[in-house]
Amino acid sequence: MNQEINVRITGEAGQGIVSVGMMLCRMYKDTGRHVFAIQDYMSRIRGGNNYFQIRVADKPVFSPRAKADVIIALDKDAVAVNKSALAEGGLLILDAGKYDIKSLEKGWFSAPIYALAQAAGGPFYANSVALGMFAAMTCGGPEAAYKAIDKEFGGKGAEIVKNNKLAVRKGYDYVVVKIKDCSFSVSGAQHDRGCLLAGNEALALGAIAAGCKFYTAYPMSPSTGIMNTVADYAGKYGIIVEQAEDEIAAVNMAVGASFAGVRAMTASSGGGFALMCEGLSLAAMTETPLVIAVVMRPGPATGFPTRTAQEDLEFVLHAGHGEFARAVYTPGSPEECFIAAKRAFNTAERFQLPALILSDQYLAESFINIKFPDTSAEPPDRGRIFKSGIAPEPGRYEYSPDGVSPRIIPARSGALAVADSDEHGTESHITESAEVRVKMTRKRLHLKLAGLAKEILPPTVVNPGAKIMLCGFGSTLGVMREACAAAKGAGFIHYSQVWPFPEKSTLTALKGAERVLTMENNASGQLARLIRRETGLKPTGSILKYDGRPFTLDEVAAALEEGK
Amino acid sequence: MEIKDFNSIDPVAWCPGCGNFGIQGALKAALAKLGKKPQELLLVSGIGQAAKMPHYINANFFNGLHGRALPAAAAAKISNRELTVIVTTGDGDCYGEGGNHFIHNIRRNTDITVIVHDNQIYGLTKGQASPTSEPGMKTKIQPGGVILTPFPPLEMALALGCGFVARGYAAEREHLAELILAGINYNGFSLIDVFQPCVSFNKLNTFEWYSKRVYKVGAEHDASNKVSAMALAAEMERLPIGIIYKKEKPSYSELSGLDGMKPLVDADIGNIDISPAFSDFS
Repeated sequence: MNQEINVRITGEAGQGIVSVGMMLCRMYKDTGRHVFAIQDYMSRIRGGNNYFQIRVADKPVFSPRAKADVIIALDKDAVAVNKSALAEGGLLILDAGKYDIKSLEKGWFSAPIYALAQAAGGPFYANSVALGMFAAMTCGGPEAAYKAIDKEFGGKGAEIVKNNKLAVRKGYDYVVVKIKDCSFSVSGAQHDRGCLLAGNEALALGAIAAGCKFYTAYPMSPSTGIMNTVADYAGKYGIIVEQAEDEIAAVNMAVGASFAGVRAMTASSGGGFALMCEGLSLAAMTETPLVIAVVMRPGPATGFPTRTAQEDLEFVLHAGHGEFARAVYTPGSPEECFIAAKRAFNTAERFQLPALILSDQYLAESFINIKFPDTSAEPPDRGRIFKSGIAPEPGRYEYSPDGVSPRIIPARSGALAVADSDEHGTESHITESAEVRVKMTRKRLHLKLAGLAKEILPPTVVNPGAKIMLCGFGSTLGVMREACAAAKGAGFIHYSQVWPFPEKSTLTALKGAERVLTMENNASGQLARLIRRETGLKPTGSILKYDGRPFTLDEVAAALEEGK
Repeated sequence: MEIKDFNSIDPVAWCPGCGNFGIQGALKAALAKLGKKPQELLLVSGIGQAAKMPHYINANFFNGLHGRALPAAAAAKISNRELTVIVTTGDGDCYGEGGNHFIHNIRRNTDITVIVHDNQIYGLTKGQASPTSEPGMKTKIQPGGVILTPFPPLEMALALGCGFVARGYAAEREHLAELILAGINYNGFSLIDVFQPCVSFNKLNTFEWYSKRVYKVGAEHDASNKVSAMALAAEMERLPIGIIYKKEKPSYSELSGLDGMKPLVDADIGNIDISPAFSDFS
């Protein structure tokens, strides 16, 4: 195992847990450590219990651990909720006086967090006191914490920055003086500092880089982060971000904008995407490019709004009435989210159909340090667009060998742009013809699907044909990568695109494996069914987790051990 | 431009004598006067008999989903603010299925013109009550008569701050053409609710019924006065047609900053430098 520590900051909503979590990530990254951070929070604005857990290592890390070596709890409930997550030999710091806790259990240490915060300006500086304590216990100095304070609060005025730094100092000094025998340090590694990104942000940056000029959505956790990031850059990149009155409006606006010639996208989670299904079908029928990101959370209905799941794989594969071709991307990391967004726009325009990106809360909101990606990959390709003159006979939807006919942009070519959600002939007027129906279905479904199948993103395959082969899609890439690297006789295949399904590479990768196990954040093994349906190969089992939480490395390692 | 420039080759599928023909004639006359080429116009519709209109006018068209014309139209206008965008919709499409979009697109105030063929009945699904059907009207689904309170489009639009609210009548073609032209020339969301007799399914609100009741709003009406506009819109015995309310207000294009940008559709996306954004996350 690499040299690593796991730290957790926890408290109730409103105590700035995310803020201090992000500062911790920056502190570790800027001192040469690799980080992987998960957010666990409740669907409420105040109260409850939230935590931010960071895995800090001298080598790149891609998944969360089950336990934390150091936990700082900012309120009484946080102690009760998080104490079971303390690793053997770990340290849980709490403010016993403030929380009215009479007896300390093994590994607990009481520090006057709130007295220190008060001395810095008030109880809301408790999170920065904690930052200072982490800096002392794990980082060897307060400078990187100060820098993180500058980045986090720089825009809020000198007074705020000064008080936060004072709070850091107080936390730092307290630990240096009072907790002498703690050694949770990880040496800094040499890595290019790169950036700290979560899936939602990377996906948004990919969309901006792809030339998305109209982003419309109705806010829904955990997809809203994409809209936040696009909105942050809207002015700079000339993008209109429009908050729709509902998801039905969002998808129809995205289709309308795309019809008018603009790269447009929308996003939601399962419930909102359910409302978009008719619009998805509309994009297919009118052969209008459409990009939708679906950031999954557990259902049914409202489910677990702030937690994670991979329950909507089959839903997204089949969403929308009628039969039509689509592409479904399932990126496994922020880097893959960036590429998937760019790819989805190209696919949507080149094939004139819906391209979906399937993510989940865990991928969307977990932070990792990555190198600056190659921004030149997947340059925009707008496909066939009719440039000028009179519309070609026989019209916008002329039959073509690959099912794709030149798009017409309204008021930009001299030809008329026409689209209909009814079955239509090549000139886009409504038809009842059986012959036309068959030809148009072939165009929208068979021909386009054949084209898509020629350029499926290749799955990531490690140790093909190993004794135990794991199969996963989307957010499980990191944990499979780490678990298989540590276990003997284990390999994996990870799909960054599940539709069209890469049948051949699947059969090649799994050939010779004794056990084929899918790893999925759902209760029914949806990927296992997909593999069986598309390849005829029946996975021998599935490792399923459907409690709303992501797989930890510990769980997968244990499952592989058991699998031997 | 001349009326014939807007003639479509698609054969019309409306019933003989339908009120829609009057609206079609008025729309073509308004477009001829407007002077824009078919290539510069975009007609957007949902589903229903009114939604077939774009097929019968020579112009760009997007005939989308039931109730969803407004979001598609608003986004097309946002994407290319040089387009003249006109929505042809019905009382079921716009006030029923798409009611939420009606509300919020008035608030959004993109510069689009919405012509609602209001026949107070569902035609394409063969004669059920619509949001504007009169209480007591008997249908196959409502054999005891409609019991719901009618949706008041004009009052609703006024309450929501719509800057151009008008009502026309399919039998008053020239008058309607003037309303449509005024709506297109208004910079913002313009609503034209049009009485459109359904000769097949609405045996109550017939040409004769409307003709007895409608009257043209005279010069004495101050269309910039919202209180008197509300009073006109609420009239039930006699039915005023004309511009009920008109007041300039900033459009979406102005407030969103679109006016200061080249149309989104003309943005060059070939060479976007995303590196500075990544640096922000360092």
